[in-house]
Amino acid sequence: MDLTGPHREDPMENFTPVSALIGGGLIGLSTAILLAVNGRLAGISGIMAGLVPPVRDDAMWRILFIVGLFGGAAAWLLVTGGPVVAFDVGWPVIVIGGLLTGIGTRIGTGCTSGHGVCGIARLSPRSIVATVTFVAVGALTVFISRHMIGV
Amino acid sequence: MIRNLTALGAGAIFGLGLAISEMVNPLKVKAFLDVAGDWDPSLILVMGGAVMVSFVAFRLTLRRPKPILATRFELPTRRDIDRRLVGGAAVFGVGWGLVGLCPGPALSALVYGNIDSAIFVAAMLIGLAAGPRLLAMFAASPVPDVAPG
Repeated sequence: MDLTGPHREDPMENFTPVSALIGGGLIGLSTAILLAVNGRLAGISGIMAGLVPPVRDDAMWRILFIVGLFGGAAAWLLVTGGPVVAFDVGWPVIVIGGLLTGIGTRIGTGCTSGHGVCGIARLSPRSIVATVTFVAVGALTVFISRHMIGV
Repeated sequence: MIRNLTALGAGAIFGLGLAISEMVNPLKVKAFLDVAGDWDPSLILVMGGAVMVSFVAFRLTLRRPKPILATRFELPTRRDIDRRLVGGAAVFGVGWGLVGLCPGPALSALVYGNIDSAIFVAAMLIGLAAGPRLLAMFAASPVPDVAPG
């Protein structure tokens, strides 16, 4: 047993409130700028959905937003070398999860950013219902897959 | 031109926020969803912090007649709850819970050069493109071409 490392018995040992609030604040700032300047909501699935297929005169801002997304994450990776990106499922589950994420966010018109951040900030009843739904179903999915099936 | 640069800058700030808060790490997100395991409530503060900033900024912004560099605000107007919304959110919830990635973090995670992230994004794009067609097989009314969120 490694007594120098964090104790597994500690509740919420992985809780990172400061970086979570700073990161969240930056995400909020991003949505604020995009709405104030361009009049658009920063919902990532919506921004991507508008590119499959791309529409003339409406594609470039979407592509550049995504390029920016890469750049912001890459800058932090270059400066800090982190964070860790780790998966605990194999590629068949990753393919199924990716398909369901694409289908679900398209049919449900939004994801964690569009409904969970922008929609809740606008007090949209649809976004509040969608967010409660995907968080609850996500938690249930983790419970079933991790604790009952053991995927 | 400036609108495109704004999108680039907003995207960069968004990506930086996802990286700092570690939302690009599927295990970090799963630790939030795993209420029966070693629960990590960080994601609540990420979303809560983002909503606090957006809530105030949106209110100030939407007092203006139009955006600084565009002719109008492009906002969803629907307020009704339908089966498609709840069903879509539930399908997304299963995908999110299985892997621990949602669309923004999935794209950002690509810069880590991880093959798993690339597989996820490829499958997600197929799902995004297939969504309206799948829906047409089960329902009569079409889904809007561009999802707002």
